[in-house]
Amino acid sequence: MVTALRPKPGPTRNYHFPNFHDEILPSGIRLVTAPVAKLPVVTILVVVDAGSTNDPKGKEGVAALTAGTLLEGSKRFDGAELAEKFEQLGTAVESGADWDSAFIKITVLSDQVDEATKLLGETISSPVFPEREIERAKAERLAEILQLETEPRGLADEKFSEFLYTEESRYSKPDEGSSESVSALSGKDVEEFYRSGYRSGSTTVIITGDISTEAARALVTRAFQHWPSGRAPHRQLIAAARTIRKSIHIVDKPEAPQSELRAGHVGLPRNHPDFFPTLVMNAVLGGLFGSRINLNLREAHGYTYGASSFYDWRRGPGPFVVSTAVQSEVTAPALREILLEIDRIRGERISEEELSLARDYLDGVFPIRYETTAAIASALATLVIYDLPADYYDSYRKNVRDVSADAVLQAARSHLHPDELQTIVVGDARVIRASVSDLNVGDMHVHGS
Amino acid sequence: MGLHGGQFKTMRIPVETFHLDNGLFVTLSEDHTTPIVAVNLWYHVGSANEKAGRTGFAHLFEHMLFQGSAHVGSNEHFELIQRAGGTLNGSTWLERTNYFETVPSNELALALWLEADRMGELLPAMTQEKLDTQREVVKNERRWSVDNQPYGTMLEKMQELVFPPSYPFQHSLIGSMEDLSAASLDDIAKFFATYYTPDNAVLSIAGDFDSTEARKLVAEYFGPIRSGEGRPALPPMNLPPVFGSRLREVVYDNVSLARLFMAFRSPVFGSEKYYAASVASAVLGMRKGSRLHRSLVRERQIAADAGAFTLDLAKGTDILVVDVTARPETSVARLEEEVEREIDLIHREGVTETEVKRAIALIETDLLASLQSAGERADRLSMFATYFKRPELVNEQADSYRSVTTQRVNELISERFGEENRASLLYVPKEGVEPESVLAAAAGTG
Repeated sequence: MVTALRPKPGPTRNYHFPNFHDEILPSGIRLVTAPVAKLPVVTILVVVDAGSTNDPKGKEGVAALTAGTLLEGSKRFDGAELAEKFEQLGTAVESGADWDSAFIKITVLSDQVDEATKLLGETISSPVFPEREIERAKAERLAEILQLETEPRGLADEKFSEFLYTEESRYSKPDEGSSESVSALSGKDVEEFYRSGYRSGSTTVIITGDISTEAARALVTRAFQHWPSGRAPHRQLIAAARTIRKSIHIVDKPEAPQSELRAGHVGLPRNHPDFFPTLVMNAVLGGLFGSRINLNLREAHGYTYGASSFYDWRRGPGPFVVSTAVQSEVTAPALREILLEIDRIRGERISEEELSLARDYLDGVFPIRYETTAAIASALATLVIYDLPADYYDSYRKNVRDVSADAVLQAARSHLHPDELQTIVVGDARVIRASVSDLNVGDMHVHGS
Repeated sequence: MGLHGGQFKTMRIPVETFHLDNGLFVTLSEDHTTPIVAVNLWYHVGSANEKAGRTGFAHLFEHMLFQGSAHVGSNEHFELIQRAGGTLNGSTWLERTNYFETVPSNELALALWLEADRMGELLPAMTQEKLDTQREVVKNERRWSVDNQPYGTMLEKMQELVFPPSYPFQHSLIGSMEDLSAASLDDIAKFFATYYTPDNAVLSIAGDFDSTEARKLVAEYFGPIRSGEGRPALPPMNLPPVFGSRLREVVYDNVSLARLFMAFRSPVFGSEKYYAASVASAVLGMRKGSRLHRSLVRERQIAADAGAFTLDLAKGTDILVVDVTARPETSVARLEEEVEREIDLIHREGVTETEVKRAIALIETDLLASLQSAGERADRLSMFATYFKRPELVNEQADSYRSVTTQRVNELISERFGEENRASLLYVPKEGVEPESVLAAAAGTG
C-alpha cells in the first residue's frame, strides 16, 4: 500500500533570474547579455522596434515580409547560400515580426558562435531583398491565408480580431497581412520599411548562454559595425473597439463536428498598472488547468478537450479572450457557462484556496520558465520591448504574491466587460443558430464561410 | 554541479540506475544549476497493446490517471502540482505512455508520492461517471485534433496504409468514436492490472535533488507496490525492409491545399541504421537548406512547405515520412510528379558529404539545446531505459549521429527509397477538384 501520508515540501532553495548586463554600445545598439554556462549553447536574439503595428496604412504585412526575407540575400550571398552557410554551422535563422517587434534569432553551439554572429550581423546589415524571393514569400503567405479557410482554429482567431477592433486599428487585420494588402506589397515597400526601421536606436541584441559579456560585446561591435544609426518611425497606435454593443458572429461551416468559440473584448496594454492583479484574476478564471472555465467546461461537463482565457499582452490593448472548441450540439450551453463564469468572478470575491492556487503556481513555476538560453533571451526581450524596469524579474514573484482577493475582484470588475462581449463561433450555423439566440449575447450576424 | 563537461565533444549528463525489488527501473541524473526537478514515468504500453474493438483505449486510460487514486481526489493531481509551482502532463504513443511533472526541487516528494499513489492504487478512485466524462473529453479531443483539423487524419490513415491488417501499429491511436463508446470500467481494471505495474515502468528523476534522499523516497513510495504478472507479448512484428509494391491512397478532404505524405519503411529507432535514416530524413527535409525545401519550395516554387520526419518506432519497423504541401496553383498531379522526381533522384544518385554534414550539425545543436530542460533529460532517460534498458544511451546519441557517414546514408537510401518501398497518402481539396484528373495521375505513377 502506498502511504496515505502526504509529503510536506522541503525548505525552498533560492532562485535568482540570471544576472544580465544591459548597455548601449557606441553605435547606439543596445546590448543585453546573460552569461549562463550550463551547456555549451548560445542564443542570439536581435530585436528591432519594427513590428507589425508599424506597418504603414494599406501596407499591412510589410513588417512580417521584411523580417521574413531578411535572410534571403545579402551583398555576398544569395538566399540558398545563406541557408546553407548557417546550417553548416548547425543553426538556422528564425526571423519574423509580431505586433511589437521584429526578431531575428539563432541558437548555436558555443564553438560556432563567433562565425555565426559575424555572418548574421553582416547579412542583416546588408540585405538585398531579391524580387524573386519577395514574390515567393508573398505567394507563401497567400497560401497560408488560403489554408485558414479550412482551418477553424486559426480562422476563429482571425475573425475574432476582425470583429473586435475598429477597421482603423492595425489589430483588426492579421499581423502578417491580408490577401489584399500582401498582394499589393512590392520589393520597394520592403526596402523602404527596412531602411526606415532597422536602425541602431531601435535595435537590441540579446545574447544568452555560454559566453562572457566581454566576448559578446566585442562580437556584436564587430558584427554590427555597419548597422545604420537613427530610430524607427511609429504608426499611431489605434486599438478602439469596433463596437461596444454585445454581438455574436457565426461563421458558417456546414457539418462541422465542433464549434470553435471565441468570446471577449478589447483588453489592456502590457504596461497597465493592474497587470499583476489581472494576471492572477485570469489564472483563476481561465488561465490554469484548474481554472474555473476549464474545470467547468471540460471536467464537469465534458463539452471540450480544453477551455482557457487570456489577455494577449501587447503595447496597445490586445484582446481579452475566452477560447475553446466544443461539440456543435452543446455550443449554447458551453457559451452560457462561459458567461456565468465571467459574471461570477465579477460578482464575488474568489476563495482563499483559489487565490493561493493561482499565486502559488505563478510564483513557483517561475524558475521552470527560464531553463533554456532561448527562454532567457525571450524574457529579456520582453523587458526591452515593454520597457520594463531592470528588477522586473527579481520583483515578479513578490508582485504576484502581493495580489489579494480584493485586488482580484477589483481587476475583474474593472477589466472584464460582459456587456461589451463579442462572440465568434466558427461552426455549423444550422445546428447552433437557434440555441445561441436564446442566450443574452447580443445581435446575431451569420456569415458564409 | 553543472552539466558542462568542458568541451561539448565530451558532454555527458550523469546517469545512475537502480531497480526496486518489484521491478521498477529507476534512473537518476543530477544537475544543481537550477532548483527544479523533473519526474518522468514511462509505462511500456501504448496503442499497440490495445485489443480489437478498443482502439483509443490506452489514451483514454491516460486521461483516467488524472481522475484521482486512493489518496488523491479527482483532478487533485493537477491541482497539487500546480499549487506547488509545477508543470505536468501525460501523453500516449503507439509504444508507450508517459507522465511527467517538473517541480521546484523542494517538492520532489510530492511528485513521487502522486505518481506512486496512482501506480499503486488507481482503481478505488475509478467511477462510471468519471469514465463517461473523460470519454466525452476524449471524443472532443478527437473532433478537435483529428476530425475538425485539416490533415488531422494523417497519422491514422498513414498507420492504416503502411502497416498490415491487425499489426499492432495499424490502428488509430486516438481511437474510433465507436470503440471509445464501448470502453468500460472493467476494461480499466484489466488494463491497469496488466500494464500499470512497476515492472512495466521506468521512473526517471532529473535535476536538483540529492541522490540518497531520492533513493529513499522512491523506495518508500514505490517499494510497497506489487509487481505484475507479466505483460502479454505482442505478436511477432518483423516485417521485410520494404513494402514490396507501391501503396497509394487519395483522401478527398476539407483542405485548401493538396499535400502529399510519402512514407518509406525504415530501420527501427535506436538501431545503427536508424541513425543513417534519421540523417537522411534531415538531409531531405530539415530546415530551409534541405533538399526538398531548396528544390520544391525555393527553386521550382511548386510547394508552400516541405519537410521530413521519422516516427521513431522501436519495434518491428519505423517509417520515414516526406511531407510536401502544394502551392495553390500546383496541380495535384504535378505535386506527385515533382516529389517522385526528387525521391528518384536521391535514390539514383545519393546525397553528398556536404549535405550529410549540414544535417548532422543541425541535429547536434537541437539535441544539445533540448538537453537544457530537466523534463527533456528525464524523458530521454526513460525512453532509452524503456526501449533498450540502457538509459546511458542518452549520452551516446550525439556520437551515434556524428559517426554516420555519407556512405551509410547512401546505403540506407539505396535500400529504402526505391519504388517498391513508397506509400503515398495524398490529400486533395474536395471542393474544386475533378476526381478524374487525380485518378489519372494515379494511373500514371502506379
